[in-house]
Amino acid sequence: MFSLIGYYSLVFGLLFSFLIVLLSIKNFRDKNILNDKIISLTFFQLFFVIMSFLGLIASFINSDFSNETVFNHSHTTKPLFYKISGTWGNHEGSLLLWLLVLTLFIFIFLLRSKDQTKQYRILTLLFQQIIIIGFFIFIIKTSNPFNYIFPVPKEGLGLNPILQDPALAIHPPILYLGYVGSSIIFSSTLAATSLGYISREWAKHIKKWVLVSWIFLTFGILLGSIWAYYELGWGGFWFWDPVENVSLMPWLALTTLFHCILVLEKRLILTSWVIILSISTFALSMCGTFLVRSGILNSVHTFANDPERGLFILIFLFCLIFLALFIFFFFHRVQNKDTNSFFWLSKETSILINNWFMMYFLSVVLIGTVYPIFLEVLSSEKISVGPPFYNKLIIPFLIPFLFAMAIGPKLKWIKSNLENKLFLIIFFIISLFLSISITRNLNSSFLINTVLIASAFYLFLITLRDFVINKFKNLSQTIAHFGFSLLILSILLNNIFSTEIITNLKIGETFRSEKFNINFEKIEQQNKQNFRSITGKFNIKNSNGTSEVLNPELRIYNQPNIVTSEADIKMNMFTDKFMTMNLVQNQEHFNIRYQVKPFMIWIWISVMLISFGGIITFFKKKYEK
Amino acid sequence: MYGRKVKLRFFFVILTLLTLFLTVFLILKSLEKNVVYFQSPSEIKALSEIKKNKIRVGGMVKINSISMKTKEINFIITDFENEINVIYSGVVPNLFTEGKGVVAEGYLKDKNFFLATKILAKHDENYMPPEVKAALQEK
Repeated sequence: MFSLIGYYSLVFGLLFSFLIVLLSIKNFRDKNILNDKIISLTFFQLFFVIMSFLGLIASFINSDFSNETVFNHSHTTKPLFYKISGTWGNHEGSLLLWLLVLTLFIFIFLLRSKDQTKQYRILTLLFQQIIIIGFFIFIIKTSNPFNYIFPVPKEGLGLNPILQDPALAIHPPILYLGYVGSSIIFSSTLAATSLGYISREWAKHIKKWVLVSWIFLTFGILLGSIWAYYELGWGGFWFWDPVENVSLMPWLALTTLFHCILVLEKRLILTSWVIILSISTFALSMCGTFLVRSGILNSVHTFANDPERGLFILIFLFCLIFLALFIFFFFHRVQNKDTNSFFWLSKETSILINNWFMMYFLSVVLIGTVYPIFLEVLSSEKISVGPPFYNKLIIPFLIPFLFAMAIGPKLKWIKSNLENKLFLIIFFIISLFLSISITRNLNSSFLINTVLIASAFYLFLITLRDFVINKFKNLSQTIAHFGFSLLILSILLNNIFSTEIITNLKIGETFRSEKFNINFEKIEQQNKQNFRSITGKFNIKNSNGTSEVLNPELRIYNQPNIVTSEADIKMNMFTDKFMTMNLVQNQEHFNIRYQVKPFMIWIWISVMLISFGGIITFFKKKYEK
Repeated sequence: MYGRKVKLRFFFVILTLLTLFLTVFLILKSLEKNVVYFQSPSEIKALSEIKKNKIRVGGMVKINSISMKTKEINFIITDFENEINVIYSGVVPNLFTEGKGVVAEGYLKDKNFFLATKILAKHDENYMPPEVKAALQEK
């Protein structure tokens, strides 16, 4: 019943797309103002997509197993919250969510762009509709969420238990808001390029959209990372897994784009660069969807290995990129007024330098992610690229990057000279001193760590000084840069000072080491709604006399029958104590991992600070108006 | 003959290209060193020499082969034709079970013993690592 409503809403939504396109083309030619009907039509389209999405949610809540998607991903004993979040925890549902966000954004765009010209608004709408139609057809043809199965099964197959988690329930929608937000940037850039409207006003207007998607993307990545930390039980927050890389790449492109748009707004230079970045941000988001959905990358995100789906996205992506490049080459005219006048010491030069660094990081991640796929296709050799590759290529270049981040904002536009050279040098000496005091007991890789920590401290101190001296001037930028220095610092200190114990213990046994003793006291068993829980009780006595109790948990889910480990984490401002336990079939020993990870919480806080910086810009803009 | 601006631009283009080449070269060079190859037990048996670099071995965990001690875990990876003993001390993923697919990363001691540094976590009970699937299908 609900599935039927959902399906027909989807078809109606597609029909509305064609109506919108027809009316827009007509409106583009004749009248001078935007036809209000277009906005109403866009609203109806959004309405039908929402109906379709609600239809799917309702099927999930009712456990309507005549719907194939529900059958594959739900179960009657699953808690209500995860029945709802299961809607987008699978391939079909998450694509419907993509579509929902696509239509939502274009509707908001039309409402919020009243001060722009009619041509520009209509063209943006048209480009966006091309993407929307593509996704409609993709969903209806290859991944219809409302497929009917007969005879109706009694029970569903259940949702993968590691996805049954609050952080992961909201991770996809937030991430998608970021991904799909880049579609508006893409459409708007194409529209502006074909109208020759790449200007300061345009930069000012599109900047908000860039910021919105950037904020959501940052939060989305953060949520995924926090989830991986406590749910996967590896005790890390970033693994350079292809699926993570795929979300990092649009983030890097988007961050670069944002900085470029600031330059464009102030100086009307770098126009081509901005266009290319907008196109590549969206292409990378689409690529991310393609790589994750096609089953080429194998991970928790891979829902089905269906080559047809991958092929469709790939062809669609190629068409869009081709269209974009065509417009870029034939319509883009460079206003050759004050281009090329870069003075070596100015704000725009330092932004450009850091842009190049970002592009370098992006290409490292891209090659590391894509190379194994190509190699397998070309030579059927199977390889994987691990963290050492990324660490080696990215970490050294962070040093100049951090310095440019610290000094760049101090410079003026167009032409500048360094004022207050003295305090810059004094700050550098202080940070070097601080860094050596931390690393002096290190045996291995002393030099690189010292320089890295020093450069992170440098940015840290300089942004901190800006807080004190400039108060609210450039507050958002200062906060974001400060957050970044904090992020690098906490990651470095976390890496250097983490300790880890991995051992196998029977109940009652004690593990002894110089730093602490771990006593495995007992286990307790409990039956919950859709899983059985085994909780271990571990007593840890530190060598300095303190002690604590950690209770890691094992969950044995009924459907599907999967065991997951729930880490127990004792968190405070300075260190995280992290413990997981695992059981191997028919064995008496439990596999125990205990980690002491300093400054873990600061990694999360600093990423929040970075996106908070973005949020502030938004409020400030409103306030100034 | 050419103006200063043209010369400058020419210089700029050359410089950009040079950096680009250097970057790509650097990345590919470092890729070569950090790549981990995947091999099945049968492929290892067929090796002519034991190399020192890190590899991945995949297959099924042989039934009744897991034995756990305080310091280490021993088990056998099989592709139903050849098998290899794995010695591992570290975290085992939740889905590590006898009779299921597994991928171990580490170093070969000789053709019969593999010192694993990591066992890869898989997320789904129906899931089989694609390399393992392919290796099993070749049989």
